[in-house]
Amino acid sequence: MKRVYLDHAAATPVRREVLEAMLPYFTEGFGNPSAVYDLGAQAKEALEEQRAKVARLIHAHAEEIIFTSSGAEANNLAIKGAALAHLKKGRHVVVSAVEHHSVLNAARYLEKFHDFEVTFLPVDRHGVVDPERLQKVINPATVLVSIIHASNEIGTIQPLAELARRCREQGIIFHTDAVATVGQIPVDVQELGVDLLSLSGPALEGPKGVGALYFRRRLRLVPQIHGGIQENGRRAGTENMPGIVGLGRAAELAEIELPEKGPYLAQLRDQLKAGVMERIPYAIYTGHPERRLPGHASFCMEGIEGEALIFMLNAKGIYANTGSACASKALKVSPVLCAIGLPPEVAQGSIVFTFNQDDGQEDVAQVMDHLPQAVERLRSFSPVWRKKMAAVSGG
Amino acid sequence: MWEYTDKVMEHFLHPKNVGVVENPDGEAIVGSLACGDALRLTFKVDDQGRIVDARFKTFGCASAIAAASALTEMIKGMTVDEAAKLTNQDIADFLGGLPKEKIHCSVMGREALEKAIAHYKGIPTSGVEEKIICECFGVTEDEIARVVRENDLKTVEEVTNYTKAGGGCGGCHEAIEEIIARVRAEARPEMAVPKLTNLQKIRKIEETIEREIRPQLQQDGGDLELIDVVGNRVLVATRGACAVCQMAHLTLKDFVQAKLRELVWPELEVEEVSK
Repeated sequence: MKRVYLDHAAATPVRREVLEAMLPYFTEGFGNPSAVYDLGAQAKEALEEQRAKVARLIHAHAEEIIFTSSGAEANNLAIKGAALAHLKKGRHVVVSAVEHHSVLNAARYLEKFHDFEVTFLPVDRHGVVDPERLQKVINPATVLVSIIHASNEIGTIQPLAELARRCREQGIIFHTDAVATVGQIPVDVQELGVDLLSLSGPALEGPKGVGALYFRRRLRLVPQIHGGIQENGRRAGTENMPGIVGLGRAAELAEIELPEKGPYLAQLRDQLKAGVMERIPYAIYTGHPERRLPGHASFCMEGIEGEALIFMLNAKGIYANTGSACASKALKVSPVLCAIGLPPEVAQGSIVFTFNQDDGQEDVAQVMDHLPQAVERLRSFSPVWRKKMAAVSGG
Repeated sequence: MWEYTDKVMEHFLHPKNVGVVENPDGEAIVGSLACGDALRLTFKVDDQGRIVDARFKTFGCASAIAAASALTEMIKGMTVDEAAKLTNQDIADFLGGLPKEKIHCSVMGREALEKAIAHYKGIPTSGVEEKIICECFGVTEDEIARVVRENDLKTVEEVTNYTKAGGGCGGCHEAIEEIIARVRAEARPEMAVPKLTNLQKIRKIEETIEREIRPQLQQDGGDLELIDVVGNRVLVATRGACAVCQMAHLTLKDFVQAKLRELVWPELEVEEVSK
């Protein structure tokens, strides 16, 4: 049985080229970039090369990149670091209702421990933040607005440039969590007009345990990890050189490959979407129908529960994700699915497929060989599905 | 990934007794779609009061399906009275255990069984006046009180794992805490031992030190002296080798205090006073 792994947004293998670039930095290239002798200088040089590569991918300057341990740390540094550095301006931050937990909970931290007021901005049924709505909630006390570039749960890409413009006009710092987009679509911080942007290694087919924060030059940040003066005093801790080199190499490859990768992934996504919508009745395509991540197809299957569906596919060698409450340790339905207005019982049937460039049409075909039957089988177990069907056909 | 046992996966991938018994003698539906779990149980009883067929339909996760399949397998062949004694723990045990976040699946199975037996016996279900605590998942006060009582639950999180209550908006956490406090207060037996007077405390502590503690300490060349008792604070001074030993602090907490708590009264705190 061939393994069909379509949960690349959760984790993805490190590319061979990336791994090869990393390996020497575990052994002979072990030097500490802070050391003064030649081994340190060599490490420092390699570190700055990676900074330049990551900067180039998003059209930033090298000195505007801070390496972190993850996308979550980058989000924390951006939100807490920028908000706490600008307390004089006010204590109001705005985040959207479809943010990652690392953004939501960083904002909640400000609310709880620093007397901030947090506005959670609602989205429409496709998961899009309305710029007019943002305009209405920002005020002179607003320090920071954070809107995710694209959601990993529903794939929707936000009108970021327009949202950032509204903030810039009011002198409000704008952050975006671009963990799902950098490496998937072209991202240009100048064009988007953002002040802070988080990205991470795995989304670029790089290693876990490394991320980066872009910050516009001269933007003040309070460090969230205190210690030495690594990363210009903005993030202490000896640099994770193998990880950073991996991120740099992955960024370099992404820059070359992006023009072809996007359309390729989009074609797989559309093939899967067409198959599902044609062969599975009562399937809903969640997120924005067009403005979405190329390698991202998300659905809700009415009448069934996503965790059971995941395990049924797992038994057939197919790996996907779900936002169902039953799959979460907290037993909570994904807040993103609630935010787009899905009733809880429909949100329970969530299933998400995310592709990378090693996947092909045969993988989609294998999904379509098993998914319709799995959905049908679970519906046949359901105490209410037959009744619903009878009601539909009867009336 | 959830740590599902092989038995759970087996009953999920190849569930037994899916469907509906025709003209059932006992029948119940519990849960709801909005809650993410729903279970319909039907069974047939022969003239000896034995369950001869049982079938289920479930909307829910892998363990909800497995728990329902297990339930039907378990009750087939039992008399109704035997089946009435099944607990959610029995269902979980049959499956080789469930992840703690999934225990509510076995609770749902027991609820369905109970309701179906009540239906069989013609007992009207008392569903009218029940007070809903968790609006998101439709969990009642009685259900929460019951799992707290039967499973000795202490936290809201545990209640969520058993019933899902509190897993949605979180608005009912305070109410759940109140129920936990109330049930636990009811459950606590009256203190068998009346409160000790200070003199009694001192006498009992001295006795315990003499009998249980001093012989141990003296083996290592140490000793202990009771200085005073103030409320729950038991003030002691270390002597001999204990007075200079780096580990004396640990000995006091892990050995002396533990012993005294066990044999004198459980809330006491041993503190060392300088000599």
